[in-house]
Parts: sequence; C-alpha cells; structure tokens
Amino acid sequence: MNPTVDPAQRKTAVVVGHGMVGHRFVEALRSRDEAGQWQIVILSEEQLPAYDRVGLSSYVGSWDASLLALPGNEYAGDALVELRLGQRAESIDRDARKVVTSAGDTIAYDALVLATGSYAFVPPVPGHDLDGCFVYRTIEDLDGIRATAEAAGPGAVGVVIGGGLLGLEAANALRLLGMTPHVIEFNDRLMPAQVDAGGGAILERLVTDLGLNVHTGVGTQSIEAAGDGKLKLTLSDESTIDNASLVVFSAGIRPRDQIARDAGLEVGPRGGIVTDLGLQTSDPNIWAIGECAAVEGVCYGLVAPGYSTAEVVADRLLGGAGEFPGADMSTKLKLLGVDVASFGDAHGTTEGALSVVLHDAAKGTYAKLVVSDDAQILLGGILVGDASAYSALRPLVGRPLPADPASLISPAGAELGADALPDDAQICSCNNVSKGAICGAIAEGACDVPAIKSCTNAGTSCGGCVPMLKKLLEQSGVEVSKSLCEHFTQSRAELFQIVQVTGIRTFSGLIAKYGKGTGCDICKPTVASILASTSSDHILDGEQAALQDTNDHFLANLQKNGTYSVVPRMPGGEVTAEQLITIGEVAKEFGLYVKVTGGQRIDLFGARVEQLPQIWQRLVDAGMESGHAYGKSLRTVKSCVGSTWCRYGQQDSVGMAVLLEKRYRGLRSPHKLKLAVSGCARECAEARGKDVGVIATEHGWNLYVGGNGGLTPKHAVLLAGDLDDETLIKYIDRYLMFYIRTADRLQRTAPWQEALEGGLDYLKAVVCEDSLGIADELEAAMAKHVDGYKDEWAAVLEDEEKLSRFVSFVNAPEEADPTISFDDSGERKVPVLLGVPQMPAATHGK
Amino acid sequence: MTVIDTPSISPATATGWTQACRLDYLIPGRGVAVLLKGGQQAALFRLTDGSLYAVGNIDPFGRAAVMSRGIVGDRGGVPVVASPLLKQAFSLLDGRCLDDESAALPVYAVRVDDGIVSVSNEPVALDSSDG
Repeated sequence: MNPTVDPAQRKTAVVVGHGMVGHRFVEALRSRDEAGQWQIVILSEEQLPAYDRVGLSSYVGSWDASLLALPGNEYAGDALVELRLGQRAESIDRDARKVVTSAGDTIAYDALVLATGSYAFVPPVPGHDLDGCFVYRTIEDLDGIRATAEAAGPGAVGVVIGGGLLGLEAANALRLLGMTPHVIEFNDRLMPAQVDAGGGAILERLVTDLGLNVHTGVGTQSIEAAGDGKLKLTLSDESTIDNASLVVFSAGIRPRDQIARDAGLEVGPRGGIVTDLGLQTSDPNIWAIGECAAVEGVCYGLVAPGYSTAEVVADRLLGGAGEFPGADMSTKLKLLGVDVASFGDAHGTTEGALSVVLHDAAKGTYAKLVVSDDAQILLGGILVGDASAYSALRPLVGRPLPADPASLISPAGAELGADALPDDAQICSCNNVSKGAICGAIAEGACDVPAIKSCTNAGTSCGGCVPMLKKLLEQSGVEVSKSLCEHFTQSRAELFQIVQVTGIRTFSGLIAKYGKGTGCDICKPTVASILASTSSDHILDGEQAALQDTNDHFLANLQKNGTYSVVPRMPGGEVTAEQLITIGEVAKEFGLYVKVTGGQRIDLFGARVEQLPQIWQRLVDAGMESGHAYGKSLRTVKSCVGSTWCRYGQQDSVGMAVLLEKRYRGLRSPHKLKLAVSGCARECAEARGKDVGVIATEHGWNLYVGGNGGLTPKHAVLLAGDLDDETLIKYIDRYLMFYIRTADRLQRTAPWQEALEGGLDYLKAVVCEDSLGIADELEAAMAKHVDGYKDEWAAVLEDEEKLSRFVSFVNAPEEADPTISFDDSGERKVPVLLGVPQMPAATHGK
Repeated sequence: MTVIDTPSISPATATGWTQACRLDYLIPGRGVAVLLKGGQQAALFRLTDGSLYAVGNIDPFGRAAVMSRGIVGDRGGVPVVASPLLKQAFSLLDGRCLDDESAALPVYAVRVDDGIVSVSNEPVALDSSDG
C-alpha cells in the first residue's frame, strides 16, 4: 500500500511489548491504516521477535525457536514499523508523552499501547530463588530447564508447583526431557479453573497412569538445597520430595503493570491496567491490550480475547468505535495424550443451570454439559478423557441444543453433524472464524484443511477445531481421498484385492489397467510388498527389482551416509559361539561398527554396497541368513529363556519363538512386524509391546495382538487364552494374513485393529470363530509363504546377474565410493557426511 | 547412433564423456551410479519408456551419494527420482527439488553410442528461459 499521508503529519504509536498480542495489534493497524497515518515503534524486551507463546511446549523436542516464530513478525520492507529488539520501556512521561527505554532513548508518542503481558507468579516459598528453580514462560526459561534436566540425567525428579493447564504442560515437558515429574496442586484437583471434582478425579487417574506423580490438596512449605545440586521440598502434609533436580513454578500468572503503576495509571485491585471497553486506560493517550489489561476490571489470560483487544485498539486509533466483545474462555488441550476440554459456563454458575454428567470410570472418561433451567440452551461443559465432541459442542454455547443433552455426550448417542450449527457459529475461537466464513472458503475452492487454514486462519492456533473443519469439508461434498497416491485412486487394501482377484503380477500391468502415470516412491514399494506377500518370487526378480525401496533393493538398511547395516537372523535370539565369532571376525575385517539391537540381534554398521555380498557369504557359510531388518516384514521374535533354564518358566518360550520366527521370516507386510514369546506371566520378553505377543500359562499360551511402538505406543490386547501349540499357530497365521490383506500402507497393527469396525470382538470372531469363512484361505496363504521361503541373501549370492548390481559405480565396479568416510577418533565410529555444495576431491585414478 | 539429450539443456557445455555401461544392462525404472572422469558422481536412470536421464548422485539434503538408489516415477507427469534418505522428489528434467525450491541437483547429458551409455563429465547449464 502506498502511504498518502504527509510524513510531517504522521503520528507515532509506541507499542510496549512484542508478544502475540502486540504483534497482532501491529498487523491489524498496518493492514487497516491504508493512508499511513501511523508510524509504529515496537519495544521488545526479549531478543526474539514475537513468537507463538501458546505453542511454547512444542519447542520441547525440536529446540528450534524459528518454528515458533509468528508470520510477518519482522515487518521486513515496511518503513512504517520499527522493531527494537532487546530494548524495554523503562518509564513513561505522560505529560510530555514520551517513553524512556533501557537503551536510554526517549521516544515521543501520540498513542502508547501497553502490551506487556504477564509474568509467572512465584509464591513466596522459602527457597524459591535457589538454583534449579524455574518458571515456564519464555523460550529462555525452557532452555534453562532443558540444560538442568539434561545435566541431571534420565529419570531425575522434576517438580512442578501448580497443577493447572500450564503446570500439566510443564510436567509433560519434563517427561519429554526424560525426567520423572511430580505435580503439586494446592487445590483438591488438577486444572481447578477448568474442571470440576468429577473431571479432576478422572484426569488425575489418567495422568498418573502416564507416569506423573500427582500431589493434590497440598502446598509447598519450603525448598532447601539438599547437596549435590538436589533440592528438598517439604509439603504442607509434612511429606517431602528429597531429590528434585529442578522445580518449575506454574502457580498462575500476574499482569505486568509496573510501568503503568509508576506512571500513575489506574490499576485493578488484583493488578492489571484498568481500561474501558475501548481498551483506553485512565490516560486517554494510553491503551492497554492483552494480558496486562484489566478490561472493566477483568483480566483475560488467553490469547483469543487478547487478539480481540488488539483489534479494538487498531480500530480506535483509526477513528473507529470498536468495543471489546467479551471473551470465550474455552480451553482444549491434549496433554500427555489425555484429552481435556472446558468451555462456556463449565462450572454451572448461571442461575438455574442444570448439568448432565456421564462419568465412565471404567473407560476413563468424564463428560458434563451445563444447560439452561429448561434444558434447551447449552451453557458450557467439561470433557475429560475423550474430547472428540468438543469441536461440535463449543460453537453451540448459548444456542438451542439439537438433541437431548445426555445423548450428545453418550458414546452411542447422537452424532453432532456440522449442519446442526448456524452460519454465525464460531468454529475457531482462537482466530474468531465463523462457520459461514469457512463454508465460504470451501465454496471458493479450498478443498482441504491446509487450504482452509491458509485462507481463513481457522485451525492455525490451538488446532482444536480441525476435526470440525474436516466435517465441514465432508458436508460440502468434498471427498476425503483414500487414494494411495496420485497414481492410484485405490487404497492399499483395494489394490491387494485387485492383485488377488486378477492375478496381475507386474506393476506395469497394474498401473496400466488400474492407475495412471509411471508410479512413485509410495505406490511402487506398496505394490512390491503386495506382490511379495502373495508369492515367493525373489524380490529382485524381473520388474520387481525396480519397485523396491533401497533397503529391499540391497537387502540391507540404508544409513545416513549411504552405507548399509547388516543384521543376520538369530531366531528367538539364539546364536552359537561359532556364529558369534564369525560376526566378530566379519566386523573386524570390514571395519564395521557393532551394536546389539533392541530385538536380540546384532547390527553391523558401515558396509559399502560392494562389500555386502562378501559379508553375506561369510555369514551364510556360518549358517546364518538374512534377518530382513531392511524390509517392511517380520523382524524378530524375542524370547526369554523359558522353562528350559528359568526357575519360573511354564513353557518352552525359546522353542516357540524359534518356531514362529522361522515360520514367518521373510513375510512382507504393510509395516514391520515384531513378535515375542514370554515363558511366564513375568513377561521378560515384553511380549505385550509387540504386534503379536505370546505369554505362557500353566495350561498353554495366551495370545495378545496389536501392541507396538511408533508415535503412540500401545500394549497388545488378549485375543485368546490357554491355547495349545497348534491352535496358537493357526490363530497367528490368520491374524497376520488378515492384517496383511486389509491394512493401509504403513499402518501398524494397533491402529489397524482400532480402525476395524466392530473392534476387538470383530477380530476375535474373524480369527477364532471364522465368522467370515476365510480362515482356510488365510491359513493356506500363510502355508504357501512358509513353503516358498528362501533366504534372500543366499539367492543373490547364487545369481551372477543380481550380484553384478552390488557395486558403488556401474563403470568402476572395483572402486569404493570416495565420498564415504568415518570418524574413528571418538568413543564410537561415526559416519562423516559430505559438505554440500562443494564436491569432495577426486581420489580415484582418471 | 541414437543421441538422447536431456530436454531443455544444451550439451555444448560438457567437456567430455564417461562411458557408463551397456544400455541393456540398465533395468528400466532403476538407477546406477557413475563415477565421472574428474571425480563427480552421476545417478543414471533408464525409465520404462526407454528415456535416459542423469543427475547428481549426492543428495543435497542428506549429504550422501545415494540418489542413484532412489525410486523413479513421476509427479504430475514430471519424471522424478525420490531420494532414498528422506524422500524429497527431484525432477529428472532439470534437477530441481519439487519439495523445496531452494535445492536442486546438477543435470548431466546422456548419450548412447553403439549400445553404450555415456554421461557428460560436467553438468550442463540449464536454459533458464525454458523453465
């Protein structure tokens, strides 16, 4: 935009504080002030420009502050905005209308906008200022917490004082840092501001299950240095926590109003710069926005109302008459994997309010709806354990209920469709976006969630409304695609069916008839996997060779510098002394880094492509075979020593593990598979953490299914109990084949099982009672795999043509890749990556 | 014999050629690495339609010489190779990364003489007016 106002006539707005609200104010003023009436100077005490403080916890793990940066926060190219980082406002001279900064500068203003936010309240507990005590407010605070946590080492105790929303976030941050978190809450429940006693009880149980130690109904009396860098906390019930490595105060926030107090502005009795609904303070040239403002005496500690105040002041400075519209104090968070949501009049303070509560202690869910005295109007609610109804319920606050309140929160109750909402219902409360605006964006061509986000801003802050965005998309007829990729509109399960029914055995045949284009790195390996699990051809035979991911192509695991690791199979973890010696000799001869894997095997790292066949030859000669550590296939069957050696063992777990591993070796599947067999209920093989877990009982075997790691680790659940050997194997055959045929690409067993309509009961019916009548077919398919198994390494060694592919360079088969090097100087051998863009010096001949 | 130039590039900048292998040795849809005279590395691909492409073998993101081991295919009709490390797709036509505009692979000219495939020793300068 081109400023039209004469620079001499231009007025100056000084903004004190560059947080989310200060930034929003500058954006709002700049986007509306088309004539260029205002020159803006921003004073920021922090060294970083405005960042997403609400998302602060996501900094844990990435430790990349740039990911939190707010778009446009540097005002590059805008001559009317000046951002002074690391310079705070020290005092205000109201008579002269000037601000003095920490750098000693004096800046004259026409309008002064205070956006100083709030500070973390630290209760005056003796010892609160000892080393190791932190607050949870800025990126710097988190850096300090991280350094202390890492110095203390894994499992060290970290204490959070305050069990509110932010306190639980802080506790989760400590957990992610590997600490053992304790949370101390003075109130009798966690999140007292949002959740009632019933919800608090469920919440406490859920977070305790996740490894948090919760102390409610107690205060902290003192913190003392306990030597060795540790802190000792004494609680009001006289219990102690003796060995804390750090303490985080999260006992609430207080408005930062000191600069206003010093300047003689009116402040509220509990702090906060008092303003009217236009956000004007007791001085008509000074405004206060965000958390430092007490709008008609009330402070709002959330970003959404803060944004509203910023918009109002931008409007006012341009001659408008905007007023603060009031605030939606809804909160939804996903902490530690526990859903908690609170919205509207959650505590039922409206006169005559009624509440409907559904408390399912067994499932760990709590839902409460607060409704008007005639049960017609929704006033608010609390959801703990399962907050999936939040996005549909929150926009209905203050509106007639579309159905009986109990049915809205009961699991089998009414599904709240997006069409139940009026157009002006607010879907995204963080950015104040209505259903009408979102539907408008969809009508104008936004066809997925990212597109809606970019053109309406909805869903870009807390993300709580994203499920609702999906519903609106579906409702408007946009199909959510199940296509595998741009080349196949079918899902993996559908392609599996097609391959089975048509007997097509080539990718080119399949894509010609059922897809388009030439394929990609998604559909090619998927089809390769389907072809592999429906036949026993070698995976490098014919056209299949071109479909394989590099791991399957070289039958080894690609590591970061382009070398591979080799993992020989050790069924059930058994290995002979001779084999161990061979592994050691191979490692020594080829200079490989050796590490025992998490699955009772030995991983040899750092082999170049042309070394792989030589390494395999040595291993194959020693009676070892490919461990398939490279494929989406069966990896390991872990076991304990079982009844052969163990005093407690009830069955031969090693024997069963070896049998299972040999049976399913080489089996290609949608995701990698791991099994384990424990010889008794002590579960030393950790079988319930595996896709298929077998645990011995007095009477036979218990079969557990669907346990695995990944982003959301799951324990396996009991499918059948006290099985004999034969039935056990039959059930596992059926289970694995059913999974291979129906799961999505890269879908692990746990989410596959959860997505099955009818859940575990359905799965039991299919596997144990043959409800679909396909058990024979599944067993036959597995039998075909078992009979056709051949060691992939040995097969390559016998095939000159395949062997010739194992070279670094097609034109120089004897050359090693000169770009590969290792650093052997430290504790362990590590790959050295290339510098880019410069090329390495040539080290070969000509 | 047939000379297959990578589209929209001028082979005039290549200062010589390195023989890679026989054309019939290349598996359609699969790459091989070629060590060029001068020390650079190219990833050479034969696609299922018979066309040949060569790009730099070093993944600019992963900083390892692995591009020849990526899966080839197309994205919206543009022939691409996906890095085997973190799967970014690179156009085989001009080397640019379709997932991150800031990165690109050098492109090498390819020719076939008497059934032998050769790759240019130096990357070719792309004609920017073509894209």
